[in-house]
Amino acid sequence: MAEAFAQAFEKQHPDVRIDVHGGGSSVGIIAPQTGLADVGMVSRPLRHNETPRLTSTTFALDGIALITHASNPVGGLSKWQVIDLYTGTVANWNMLGGDDAQIVVVNKEAGRGTRTLFEQYFGLAQQVVSSALIIGPNGQAILTIAGNPQAIAYVSSGAAEVAIRRGLPIKILALDGVSATQTNVQNGTYGLRRPLNFVTAQPAQGLAKAFLDFVLTPTGQQLVMEHDFVPAYSQIAQH
Amino acid sequence: MPQPSFSSFSSWSIADRDILLPYSAGAYWQNWGDQVLVWTLRLCASIAALVIVFILAYLCAQSFPLLGQYGLNGITRFFTDLTWAPTRGQFNLSPMLVGTLCATLGAILLAAPLGIATAIFARFYAPTAIIKIVHGVLGLLAGIPSVVYGLWGLTVFVPWLNTYHPPGFSLLVGIGILTIMVVPTVALVSESALQAVPHEHIASGFALGCSRWQVVRSIVLPAARSGVMTGVILGITRIIGETMAVAMVMGNTIRMPDSLFAPVRTLTAHIALEMSFALGDHRAALFTAGLLLLVVVIGLVLLADRIQRSAVHA
Repeated sequence: MAEAFAQAFEKQHPDVRIDVHGGGSSVGIIAPQTGLADVGMVSRPLRHNETPRLTSTTFALDGIALITHASNPVGGLSKWQVIDLYTGTVANWNMLGGDDAQIVVVNKEAGRGTRTLFEQYFGLAQQVVSSALIIGPNGQAILTIAGNPQAIAYVSSGAAEVAIRRGLPIKILALDGVSATQTNVQNGTYGLRRPLNFVTAQPAQGLAKAFLDFVLTPTGQQLVMEHDFVPAYSQIAQH
Repeated sequence: MPQPSFSSFSSWSIADRDILLPYSAGAYWQNWGDQVLVWTLRLCASIAALVIVFILAYLCAQSFPLLGQYGLNGITRFFTDLTWAPTRGQFNLSPMLVGTLCATLGAILLAAPLGIATAIFARFYAPTAIIKIVHGVLGLLAGIPSVVYGLWGLTVFVPWLNTYHPPGFSLLVGIGILTIMVVPTVALVSESALQAVPHEHIASGFALGCSRWQVVRSIVLPAARSGVMTGVILGITRIIGETMAVAMVMGNTIRMPDSLFAPVRTLTAHIALEMSFALGDHRAALFTAGLLLLVVVIGLVLLADRIQRSAVHA
């Protein structure tokens, strides 16, 4: 998505070139501080020890959706059921109203932003099942679910929706009866969500500021929607 | 001065070379062109060696914040901590070490016999037309990127195994994929070792009335032992270094494997999975994992070297 921003911005400012590099949230935190990049990308809220040195601009939101195989009869889970699942208290789908089959729990790596957020939301900090499979990238987790009728995972809701549209046999579970739709994620009714941030070393100046302003214009926010993320609109959090 | 006795040119020892190419010969050193060549070669060789030293030094420097913190305990903690939980300062690497060793052992135990058998077949048994096909297939298999093997395992093998032994992500699938990946390496290197066995040896064997299998077993394989061993070592190092395919099919659970159907995490997958978001001590611990991996590789290469030497002198 950052590449789409960069292209659109370069079109408006023909004399500017923006290089986009990948590398996860730690690169997004380190690069602006060391001067390697003007703007970093971080897919989680800044931590307390990071806020004094960095300024973040939330440009989009992303729901974290629980997904299962499309053939799984379970349509939704309560918060407590998710906790039971991820602490290993419940190990068979028939205890959640599904078929008699072992549950295959898919988690993300310890320390990854999405997992930290997931654990905080459900208050899971220490007792997550150790037998869970660890599959980091959304794409691989989605493929895993598509090939395994017993598995459950949590991934970016935007990525899950794209996969469903492409015909992969997965479905998004409602959480406490609320589904991870764009509206629900945006207004916070669906609370399991993460901010996507651009991060700068000081409050942005010059071109970096122009870029961040552009991202928050209707044109920029339209791009967010086109990439199946949820626009931040008025929720511009300036630390 | 005793004449060097070498059975074939492929098994020159260092001592043979020194006798054949004496450094002490005056004309050799007085030639200016040779001087330039020798120093260029020395430079190239030392650059290759220095790269290893730099990598080692960098790994040590990056892992030092954690490794050097509590003296000897700083080293043992990577095996005695309760678990791997970087957010809580727990950095036990032993499940990943065991995962790497199990996967490597399993895959090479399958790949070495398969690869060597393929090489023997292609060299001594296959008709010309078949040899071409075998070579084509091996070359193609060796060239397929590992991520493609991983995708194939993830979408074909894992769901299949899941119907018998959930979750399907397992040591077994990992070993299977690694074996397929590494058979071409072992086969191609072994075959060129078999080809280097002088034709006269083989002809003499047949002249003595040996069967084809007797020639292969008693003459060719012993003569080609060191080359075949090189193929196996290359295979082992490729298996240990493999990251992407393994991370995709083995489940990456941080737990000691208790069966072939258990999901495991290897050291390489561990580093690849967590490096993108690791900071501080967590990051240093991952560099320590890299250091451990390098130590394992060096250990295995030394071990293989010993085996190879004893095999040659046997």
